[in-house]
Amino acid sequence: MAEFTRGFGARRRTPDPSLPPGQYLTDDFPVLSAGPTPRVPLDQWSFRIRTEKGPDTTWSWSQLMDLPIEDVHTDIHCVTRWSKLGTSWRGVSLDTLLAAVDTDFGYAMVHSYGGYTTNLSLDDLRGGKAWVAFEFDGQPLDPEHGGPARLLVPHLYFWKSAKWVTGLTMQKHDDPGFWEQNGYHTHGDPWLEERYW
Amino acid sequence: MIVGGWLPGLVEAVVQSTSHARILQVRVPDWPGNLPGQHLDIRLTAEDGYQAERSYSIASSGAGTLVELAVDRVPDGEVSPYLVDDVLPGDALEVKGPLGNYFVWDPTDPSPVQLVAGGSGIVPLLAMARARARRPEAAPFRLLYSVRSADDAMYRDELEQLRADGLDLTWAYTRTAPDAWAGTPGRLSASVLADAVWPVDRRSLAFVCGPTGFVEASADLLVQHGYDPARVRTERFGGLS
Repeated sequence: MAEFTRGFGARRRTPDPSLPPGQYLTDDFPVLSAGPTPRVPLDQWSFRIRTEKGPDTTWSWSQLMDLPIEDVHTDIHCVTRWSKLGTSWRGVSLDTLLAAVDTDFGYAMVHSYGGYTTNLSLDDLRGGKAWVAFEFDGQPLDPEHGGPARLLVPHLYFWKSAKWVTGLTMQKHDDPGFWEQNGYHTHGDPWLEERYW
Repeated sequence: MIVGGWLPGLVEAVVQSTSHARILQVRVPDWPGNLPGQHLDIRLTAEDGYQAERSYSIASSGAGTLVELAVDRVPDGEVSPYLVDDVLPGDALEVKGPLGNYFVWDPTDPSPVQLVAGGSGIVPLLAMARARARRPEAAPFRLLYSVRSADDAMYRDELEQLRADGLDLTWAYTRTAPDAWAGTPGRLSASVLADAVWPVDRRSLAFVCGPTGFVEASADLLVQHGYDPARVRTERFGGLS
């Protein structure tokens, strides 16, 4: 049991069962980024999936827009401890993007404009759990929040929802990405508090 | 970096820094030391078991077990008002860390360093400037520090001392400026930034820290000025508690 901190607790907030352990609620939309915000024109944007077999599969912006688009209502949880409940997004499911992809590997490295990477298992990307999202709250996704498009993997801490996403590379092992090499957990389940390693 | 569990800490000293910020020195007997720029998590536990956790940047670095934090009060916050207004020497809390391996200055890197701070974003950058002051052979540092007014500047006296010892320091004021200051108070402009920072051809490594809006704007200005985005590292405070 932790030591008590004298006199702490007067300004406490009402516990909310929607909040994973150690999180607090915000109505704001804070930003976690390691560098300047890249600006990617839509006519230069692309998303590609690379496997150990065959050529890359690539979508332009207009090709992405021609895919089935889903509305996603979800809570999001940042490793820096803020959570935001009931957010609204639109995007293309990773199930759609991965449907025709042939790989024997179980993991993916996610790549972003600006050079950042994060690692995920295909189990965390498939099954209606992950999207390439380009709208937030009915508006095009703002660049500082990852626009034109970011990954959305809301069942994991939000750094896994890579901003400015531009592709996936299948990998045999769960090699760590940029954020994971710099201290964050390789998986990142907020309900298990997988913040750091 | 392997982060262990929660470590007990005891507040050893509190010093008022501005009307809304306080410096805390916390003795953490099991602290493993930290690099300049890293942060930690704090956990406070009320007597009925209620807990709250937050992240704070560390103003100190090196091998010691006395960890220095500087906390700015967020008006509607839960944890920061306690740390700024209530906590006293002798009070117990817990910390976890050090955290973060990217927003860190490596003293063996020969690149000139450009620090850009907004408000309480000075804390991890001060840790770097202090570490630099202990190593005169290390790369040269410049600091551009944007504050609302002179009274809102955290660590003002220490920064002026570091300037006397060789830190190239530029103040920028957004609301009220001292009479002796030449500019017009306002948001950091491209020309003020261009005059204050290392020329592009010095290939400096930039560290930018502050509220999100400040970091977005000043990191954009650095890139527009010609800085390589890959050499601009940012840390943002969400304006939260």
